[in-house]
Amino acid sequence: MKIPGALALLKSLKEEGVDVIFGYPGGTVLPIYDEIYKSKLIRHILVRHEQGAAHAADGYARTTGKVGVCLATSGPGATNLVTGIATAHMDSVPIVAITGQVATSLLGKDSFQEADISGITLPIVKHSYIIKNAEEIPAVVKEAFYIARTGRPGPVLIDIPKDMQVKEIDYKYPDKVELASYKPNYHGHPKQISLAVKAISKAKKPILYVGGGAIISGADKEIFELADKHFIPVVTTLLGKGAFPESHHLSLGMLGMHGTAYANYAITECDLLIAIGARFDDRVTGRIDCFAPHADIIHIDIDPAEIGKNVRVTIPIVGDIKNVLQAILKKLSQKVKEEAWSSMIENWKTKHPLKYNQNGKIKPQYVIEQIHEITRGEAIIATEVGQHQMWAAQYYKFDKPRAWVTSGGLGTMGYGFPASIGAQVGNPDKIVFNIAGDGSIQMNIQEMATAVQNKLPVKIAIINNTYLGMVRQWQQLLYERRYSQTHLSGNPDFVKLADAYGAAGIRIKKVDEVRPAIEESLKITDRPTVLDFIVEEEENVFPFVPAGQAINEMLID
Amino acid sequence: MAHEIKRKHILSVLVRNRPGVLARVAGLFSRRGYNIESLAVGTTENPELSRMTIVVEGDDVILEQISKQLYKLIDVFKVFDFSEAESVDRELVLIKVASSKETRSEIMQIVDIFRARIVDVSENSITIEATGDDAKVVAIEQMVRKFGIKEVARTGVISLARGMEKE
Repeated sequence: MKIPGALALLKSLKEEGVDVIFGYPGGTVLPIYDEIYKSKLIRHILVRHEQGAAHAADGYARTTGKVGVCLATSGPGATNLVTGIATAHMDSVPIVAITGQVATSLLGKDSFQEADISGITLPIVKHSYIIKNAEEIPAVVKEAFYIARTGRPGPVLIDIPKDMQVKEIDYKYPDKVELASYKPNYHGHPKQISLAVKAISKAKKPILYVGGGAIISGADKEIFELADKHFIPVVTTLLGKGAFPESHHLSLGMLGMHGTAYANYAITECDLLIAIGARFDDRVTGRIDCFAPHADIIHIDIDPAEIGKNVRVTIPIVGDIKNVLQAILKKLSQKVKEEAWSSMIENWKTKHPLKYNQNGKIKPQYVIEQIHEITRGEAIIATEVGQHQMWAAQYYKFDKPRAWVTSGGLGTMGYGFPASIGAQVGNPDKIVFNIAGDGSIQMNIQEMATAVQNKLPVKIAIINNTYLGMVRQWQQLLYERRYSQTHLSGNPDFVKLADAYGAAGIRIKKVDEVRPAIEESLKITDRPTVLDFIVEEEENVFPFVPAGQAINEMLID
Repeated sequence: MAHEIKRKHILSVLVRNRPGVLARVAGLFSRRGYNIESLAVGTTENPELSRMTIVVEGDDVILEQISKQLYKLIDVFKVFDFSEAESVDRELVLIKVASSKETRSEIMQIVDIFRARIVDVSENSITIEATGDDAKVVAIEQMVRKFGIKEVARTGVISLARGMEKE
């Protein structure tokens, strides 16, 4: 039976288990949208800016473990996806971005709403396709999803000219994908695993440095066993939060530029650094020649290009983290608790806890702690980027993975709100918070309409200090308080704005209003709620490792 | 350290014969700051595959990263790093040399010595075609420099492994 390319696309997406697309229509995707309407095969969430579609697909993917899908028209629709695709690329998130394109006869002629999106996104996708022949749509979709979700996941673009969407094809969904040039290595080399086992057994001051890769691999059980059974403390990166329960006594929280002091000291003193799905990013390492200077390094990662990229590695292991850790755990004999190491760490924890002073105006850290307590640490938290993001990372502790949604690698302001929408769509029974700054929330504020239209009860907690906070902090500490272009006067009344959209809005000005407001927001289940927390304006994130310094040379306050 | 010495590496990369692959590889090099000295690409005995021969300068650490980053591209099958001993390297160059009645025969003698060929001649220029490894191409260019070189076009080197080692 012959069906048009657009319908073949939707049927193929259905075959891949897609049950929602985030998108925004336009001229060159009219055929696809017509099929969405007629076929009723897949749910479509209409956003209000294509960037919102990309971030929503991303938030959906991170919290469900599935591949997120976004759809945009050609030209400006496609280019509006670029930031979202780059965000997903940096954090290894599996999304498939589908863009319309002008008809093949108009290609390359500067046609109306034509953009070489494939060329533009070359450096920020895992792979991309331009459909030149409608017959290949099913095979391309199957291949695209396979590439997006396997190995080190990442975004894949499919660009479909309008005439290909209309052309009729014989639809047949392929059984399998054959990619001779793409064969990720899932099992670590047995010799390397033996070396790792020996090193771990011998180590007197071992530490686990766990990154986003551990969550992608679903290795939280294995990490728990390795840490808990063998008494090895755990630090996580920003993206590794949730891979190991942060309420566990062996958890040292986050390391790096705004990590806890005790995590940074422990890294500096350790004799064996076991890097699991982490990539020695500059926000983590500080001055790299001072990072874990006394340690041998085991680096477990599915991407061979990350191993040895930033630091010399003693024992590289390429493979899927879950598999590799299972192999290690099988051979590792029970380690004895290293009392000296344990006391050192307890000592640092006691002397340098995270701290802030809740007196006077509301402190952001207080807000985060109350949200954590009232949601029992079980909400999905999607953040924007900046000071509030760091405070959320420091004070909202997770015991389980896939509830923490944040733009780590690219640091995209405007990511959190649409990502929280995607997370809510993917997890309708969970409480979802977007923790935002007053700067960030305005970058994709138009998605309020998306949340209202789809009755998504996301709670938007705005840490409102009328500043571009993180930049202001750097200007205060490093540029002698020259607050150049960081004062956000002219902010709207966020409560009135929420009301204008048909959402709920609560303003919180006093400390004793914080808890009741949060509790109130949990009762609102049919629309989003804006919580406008008016906080201390010049609060800073500490600890802080200034750029270029070693991570044990922190500013503690 | 020995591994920190920069030298020229000839990379032979087997890629899928599809539009856009060249752009992906070239883009990878440019965005990571690896300088491509020369790049030649063409089809192979297998119509699905093209071979790209890329000359890049760097130390061993950089080369390892380049190779690993290339393997991340879905269209890349295999990457070979040929050091001089293991490969046959050839390049073709066209050199348009200024000439006159007086200098013509000397130029022709040089062409003979290098077993190169004259492919075009006019009143005041001669175009020479030469093939050889990097050393030979450089040498013939040097020899004709004194006559005045009007234009040069080099293909960039292509390489195959010596012997019958199957890829």
